[in-house]
Amino acid sequence: MRILPPLSKVGVSGRGLVVTLPYLWLLLFFVVPFVIVLKISFSDVDLAIPPYTPLLEWVGKNSLAIKLDFNNYAFLFTDPLYVHAFLNSVKVAFVSTVLCLLIGYPIAYGIARATPTTRNILLLLVVLPFWTSLLLRVYAWIGLLKANGVINNVLLALGVIHEPLNMLYTPFAMYVGIVYSYLPFLILPLYANLEKMDWQLLEAAEDLGCRPWQAFYKITLPLSRNGVLAGSMLVFIPAVGEFVIPALLGGPNALMIGRVLWDEFFSNRAWPVASAVAIVLLLLLVPFMMWYQSVQARESASAR
Amino acid sequence: MNYRRSFFITTCLGVGFAFLYIPILSMVVFSFNASKLVTVWDAANSPTLKWYYSLLHNEEILDAAWISLKVAVINASGAVILGTLAGFGLARFEQFRGRFTLNAMTTAPLVMPEVITGLSMLLLFVAMEQLIGWPAGRGITTMTIGHMTFSMAYVTVVVQSRMSTFDIALEEAAMDLGARPVKVFFLITLPIIFPAILSGWLLAFTLSWDDLVISSFTSGPGASTLPMVVFSKVRLGVSPEINVLATLTIAVVTVMIIAVAVWMARAGKAAQASAE
Repeated sequence: MRILPPLSKVGVSGRGLVVTLPYLWLLLFFVVPFVIVLKISFSDVDLAIPPYTPLLEWVGKNSLAIKLDFNNYAFLFTDPLYVHAFLNSVKVAFVSTVLCLLIGYPIAYGIARATPTTRNILLLLVVLPFWTSLLLRVYAWIGLLKANGVINNVLLALGVIHEPLNMLYTPFAMYVGIVYSYLPFLILPLYANLEKMDWQLLEAAEDLGCRPWQAFYKITLPLSRNGVLAGSMLVFIPAVGEFVIPALLGGPNALMIGRVLWDEFFSNRAWPVASAVAIVLLLLLVPFMMWYQSVQARESASAR
Repeated sequence: MNYRRSFFITTCLGVGFAFLYIPILSMVVFSFNASKLVTVWDAANSPTLKWYYSLLHNEEILDAAWISLKVAVINASGAVILGTLAGFGLARFEQFRGRFTLNAMTTAPLVMPEVITGLSMLLLFVAMEQLIGWPAGRGITTMTIGHMTFSMAYVTVVVQSRMSTFDIALEEAAMDLGARPVKVFFLITLPIIFPAILSGWLLAFTLSWDDLVISSFTSGPGASTLPMVVFSKVRLGVSPEINVLATLTIAVVTVMIIAVAVWMARAGKAAQASAE
C-alpha cells in the first residue's frame, strides 16, 4: 500500500496552487494554439494581414455564417506533392529509427555493462554532443560530405577513389544527418532501461547451455522492450516532421513534410495550407505519442 | 553485477563514438585552418586564429548572440519555475483533477515536431493580437513564451524523475516536527531536488540557445537569434566563422558539463557522508 504523500494534507487549495500555473500555461500556449491551427486550416488564403479569411462572417443584419473551406484538405490529398512528402517522411523516419537502433543498441548495452567509472565517462560522452547545437552538428556534416570535403579528400589521398563521390544533398546525407542527430535520444532511454537489468538471468541461461546470442535474443531483448520502444518513439516522431536536416543536407529533392510546411508558410504565405498540413501530420503522429506515453507510464511503474 | 568485455561490444562502442565525435573534431580542427575553402587544409598558413578574430568582430553574429542569450536566460528561469511546479505536482499528488491532461501536456512537447509547435504558437500570437491587442507584433517576448512552453516540459521530466526517487520520509519527519508544507518544500524538498532543478535550467537554456524552428516562427523582424543567423549562412555553404562558433560552443559545453558532473559527484558523496 502506498502511504499518502504528506504534502497532500495541505488540501485541495495548496495542491491547486502548485499545478494550476503550469496547467494554465500549457493550456493557453500549447493546447489552444492547436484549436486555432484547426480553425485556420478551414479558411481561405487571402491577400490580407493575417493572410486568411475569417471563419465567421456577418451576412445581413442578424445572421452569422460559418464558412468551412475543405479545399485545403482536398488539395493535400489530391496533389501528389503532399501525398509523396507524407509517405516519404514516414519512410525516412522509419528507416532512420531502425538504423539508430542497430547502432545505438550495442552502444547502450556496452555502457550498461561497463564498470561504474567507465560507464559514467561513456554516458558523459553520449550526452555531450546532445548539449551542443544540433544546427552546428548538422553543419559539420556539410564539411565532411561535400565534394571537396573531408571524406572525399581522405579517400582521394588514400587512392580509394579517383574522383570525388557525390554525397552532400542526397538522401544518403539526410539519413546520416538524422541518425547522427537522434542517436543520443535512443541511447539514453535504452541505457536507463538496460541499467536495471538483472544480468544474473543471462548467466543462468548460459549455465543452462544457452549460447550468448540466443540468451540475448531470448532474455535481454524482450526485457528491454520498453526501452527500445521509448527510444524509437523519441527518434521516429520528431524525425517525421524534421525540417533542419533535410533543408541543410537533403538537397532540393528531399521532400519531407516538415519542409513542405515551412515552405508553404514562409515562401508561399499559404497559412491555411500550412495549417492543414500541420493538422494531418498531427493526426498521423498522435497515436505514436499516446503509445510513447503509455510506454513511459509502464517504465515508471516498473521502476517503483 | 558482473562487468564483461566482448570484442563485438567494444568494437561497436569504438565505431559508435567515432561516428559521434569525428564531425565535432573536424569542426574544431578546421576552425584553425587559414584557407577560405574551410575543408582544404592550407598547410602553409595554418594553424591560425584569424577566423576567431573575424568572428569576434562580426556585428551580425554578436548582436544575434546577445538576443539569444537574453531569450535563453529568461526562458530557462521561467521554465524552471513552471517545470518544477508541474514535476512536483505530478510526482507528489497521486490524484487531482486534470492530472491526465497535465501529464499529456508535459509529454507531448518532448516529441512534437517543432514545425507544428512553431506554427501553432505563431497563429496563437496573431489571433491574440487581433483579439486583445497583445502581443503587439512579434519579437523577443513571443519567442521567449514559445521557448518556455516546450522547455518547461523537459524540466518537468527531470524534476519528476528526481522526485520519484527521493525518500518521502524526510518530508514526513519535517511535517511531524511541525513544519508547515511551504516551509517543508523550501527547507527539505528544494535542497534535495536542487541538482535536478539546476540541470533543468541548463537544459532549458541549451534548448532555447539552439532552437531554430520555433524561433523562426515566433520571432519578428529585427529579432534574429544566433541559430537563425547561422542557418541563413549555412544554407549558402560552409563558412570558416561557423567552425569557430562551433568550437567555442563545444569548449563552453565541455567545461560546463565536466564542472556540473564533478560538482554533482561531490554533492552526492557529501549527501552520502551526512546520511551515514
